Amino acid sequence: MRRFALLSCALAVAFPVLADQPSVQVESPDLHGSRQLEAQTQAAVVRDYLESWQSLAAAFEQNQASLLNADFAGVARDKLGAAIKSQARLGIHTRYQDLSHKLQFVFYSPEGISIELLDTVEYDEQIFDGDKPVATQHVSTRYLVMFSPAEQRWMIRLFQTDPAS
Amino acid sequence: MGVRVGLPSLFALLLGPVALAQSGNMNLPATVTAGSAFSIPTSGSGSGVLYIVGPDQVIRRSVQLGTAVELSASDLSDAGHYVAALAANGTVDSGQFDVLPAAKAENLNFIAVPSRVPVGQHNGINGTAYVFDTYRNLITTPMPVSFALSGISGAPQSRTAITRNGVAWTSIDSASKQGAAKFVAQAGDATTTRIIQEVPGDPCGLTISARPDGKRISVETAPVRDCSGNPIPDGTIVTITETYKGSLSTVDVPLKKDIAQVDMPAYNGATISVASGVVAGNEIHWNGGH
Repeated sequence: MRRFALLSCALAVAFPVLADQPSVQVESPDLHGSRQLEAQTQAAVVRDYLESWQSLAAAFEQNQASLLNADFAGVARDKLGAAIKSQARLGIHTRYQDLSHKLQFVFYSPEGISIELLDTVEYDEQIFDGDKPVATQHVSTRYLVMFSPAEQRWMIRLFQTDPAS
Repeated sequence: MGVRVGLPSLFALLLGPVALAQSGNMNLPATVTAGSAFSIPTSGSGSGVLYIVGPDQVIRRSVQLGTAVELSASDLSDAGHYVAALAANGTVDSGQFDVLPAAKAENLNFIAVPSRVPVGQHNGINGTAYVFDTYRNLITTPMPVSFALSGISGAPQSRTAITRNGVAWTSIDSASKQGAAKFVAQAGDATTTRIIQEVPGDPCGLTISARPDGKRISVETAPVRDCSGNPIPDGTIVTITETYKGSLSTVDVPLKKDIAQVDMPAYNGATISVASGVVAGNEIHWNGGH
């Protein structure tokens, strides 16, 4: 399992600091919902979310949508999978390298089956046409991520940038 | 305008006017609405390849420099952050832009729980609505969502909540009468309905009576109802207990047509009590039916 550097964290989650790993900052929740979000639940969601970036990066680099299956479901899985299929058809692949995450939980549904968090993320995105690198961009944006619990982990059901607010 | 990291101008200075004529530049929009047609003007001459790449959609298109690249309404429908790169004649102009969700709510993902709820529960029903556009993008711009619960009795209850990060939720009391209730969420023209079964609550005022029946006692409940007068469903277990000189005899009896009935041994001085679930009823001290 990959480990993550942690700048500061409101949770009791220990992530050893490694220079080549993304920095992770978890802010205090700003919950819109009636349900209390326990620290253990937060820690599990953060752990699963950070792992999902590895799955995403591997899937887009190798053009293998099946690598998404452990972490993504529903709309998120459908859209990411379709993009990977397009990449493969066009002879493109993409390298995503996440550099930092600033996370904040914003919703926990009353019935406990949906969690939302915002991630102000920085990553490098490198586009390859065949084996030839075409362009690299440093991206700074914000993702809105929705999770629901599965048998053994929190699955991402929505993975969408939210730059407007 | 999108963020741009291009070097064609530098190449132009270094390589002179011939290179300038052949390198490609593009003018990206800062934002685009999902499912909208738009164009990306390019400059230069010759041909190139335009890449638009994001985690949700990928486009690769051969382009003629100096013309606008036309993207149709169906080309980019997934909200997200995209990197665009125009490669031509050994140079690359790249930038970024965002595709935003369409403004109109077309789909509501509505979760209503529980699907069965006892009557008379304060905030006993929760509804959570996620508002999507027609392309399955979550609409994050705040918008009102109305929730309405209507059953077979009483006035409908309604609430309005404003979405935050695409989600609105509410809690509503269950009605006082059992039956199927419609729980409707609406945002704009998008409506989703869930059916909630409102079922009787715990028994209320549970009472038994007893009468002699030969050498036994016939013990029978009064019709068992909840505190709102709804009959408790057949099959609900009622426990009748007889205590006599330190010995205990317990019988579990399912309700049948609102009533539980059982024959118990007739002991003068016995105490007979009744309960159902966590609800205790009355006690009878048997003295031979007198």
